[in-house]
Amino acid sequence: MELPTWKTINHACIVFEAGNSKEYLTGDWRSMRPEREDAKCVKCGECWMYCPDAAIYQDEQGYYAVDYDYCKGCGICARECKHGAITMVEESE
Amino acid sequence: MGKLTGIEVSIACSEAVTLCDVDVIAAYPITPQTHIVEHLSEQVAEGHLDAEYIKVESEHSAMSCCVGSSAAGARTFTSTCSQGLALMHEIVMIASGLRLPIVMAVATRTLSAPLSIWGDQSDVMSERDSGWITIFAENGQEVFDLTVQSFRIAEDERVLFPVMLCLDGFHLSHVIEPIELESKEDVQAWLPPYKAKYRLDPDNVLSMGAFAMPDYFSEIKKQQNEALRGTLPVIKEVFKDFGDRFGRYYEPVTRYQTEEAETIIVMAGAFAGTARLAVDTMRAAGKKVGLVTIKVFRPFPFEEITEALAGAKTAVVIDRALSVAGPGGPMASEIRSALYHEQKKPAVVSMVGGLSGRDVFQEQFIELVERAEACVASGKIPQYEMFGVRE
Ligand code: SF4
Ligand code: SF4
Repeated sequence: MELPTWKTINHACIVFEAGNSKEYLTGDWRSMRPEREDAKCVKCGECWMYCPDAAIYQDEQGYYAVDYDYCKGCGICARECKHGAITMVEESE
Repeated sequence: MGKLTGIEVSIACSEAVTLCDVDVIAAYPITPQTHIVEHLSEQVAEGHLDAEYIKVESEHSAMSCCVGSSAAGARTFTSTCSQGLALMHEIVMIASGLRLPIVMAVATRTLSAPLSIWGDQSDVMSERDSGWITIFAENGQEVFDLTVQSFRIAEDERVLFPVMLCLDGFHLSHVIEPIELESKEDVQAWLPPYKAKYRLDPDNVLSMGAFAMPDYFSEIKKQQNEALRGTLPVIKEVFKDFGDRFGRYYEPVTRYQTEEAETIIVMAGAFAGTARLAVDTMRAAGKKVGLVTIKVFRPFPFEEITEALAGAKTAVVIDRALSVAGPGGPMASEIRSALYHEQKKPAVVSMVGGLSGRDVFQEQFIELVERAEACVASGKIPQYEMFGVRE
């Protein structure tokens, strides 16, 4: 992508398209990823409530799944899950 | 032709703001700015001005409210000084980075410690890198006129920068002067209602204040820098247009008796009035002395200053602010730096005084000129000196 120059960049850094932060995939900042075990998960949704990046969504079976495009790997979901259903795993593994 | 009225300068400033039909005022009272905002709150309460007057709990909040209201497209005014301006500092930078045309009157006052409520220009000088258009008024009429002009300058689509209008605390803010007050019709005919080019609007969404990564930040800053530098011609155009309409003309840099002047006093603000008298006295005694006053301090008027000083041998720059253990008075060090590469330039002698409300009398200006000339003649020019201090 060609970056704008000081002459072509938007006036005062104004962003004219609504919601374009979606295009910015912050998931690649992650060094650890949360992994859920279906057997332990009771579908309570607490991880969904706590995720600061709104990177958790409910899938068709009612499980709370992680959107790895936006999950930054903070580990809050793993910490808050009362059922030990989420484990943080090194991305390198 | 306006109506000549004996009026306190702070009140004249508020009257000008009222005539400019502002939409939002967010301010926190602080001496010596108090009369400006007190009178504006009365104007709103009594129905003379249809505006929101937001009573905030601090200056940080005042400027934050101003950023919000200006971003929403409202004509916005605030006023502060000293510790209040220092507390605003964080948001002052944001207002200019977002290019919001807020107008702020600063009744210039010193900064603590020691605690003092009296006037000098330390507060404004601490904001000189904040990216605001910075204008100094010299007398009450200028405060009235420049308040009106500040809105027109700030809101011009070629500008879109906030304006800080400086009036010396007490020495200007609290004196009563005969001032020609223009009528509402005339002011409003000259200053059309503000129509924001970019504003926060739910029907036409945009985001201001977005996060910029290192690969964008420098481009945005250069754009801001070039844009602010480019405002000087527009400021001059507005000054000219105001003059054509109201008969009082302004210049970014004003020259007084500078023809063939060997020594020129350079300064900004109300004390220049006394310097003018000192120049008259010295001229009457046959001394070739002149005065240059800086009206527009940001964007820095390089050309106007170098031109005004080109013929002189000595420029004695008087700062009512001290850059503690730095390179001299802030204005002097900037002027010295601006002149550095010029072929024809005077020696710059930096004199710091008039701090915290201490008067500078006519005789002192004469002494300063003599002292500066002696320094230049001896070839021993100090980086700066503080004058009028008990040794
Ligand atoms: S908090 Fe744990 S148990 Fe609850 S939905 Fe999330 S993973 Fe399942
Ligand atoms: S690791 Fe953090 S960002 Fe990723 S899903 Fe869990 S709470 Fe959200």
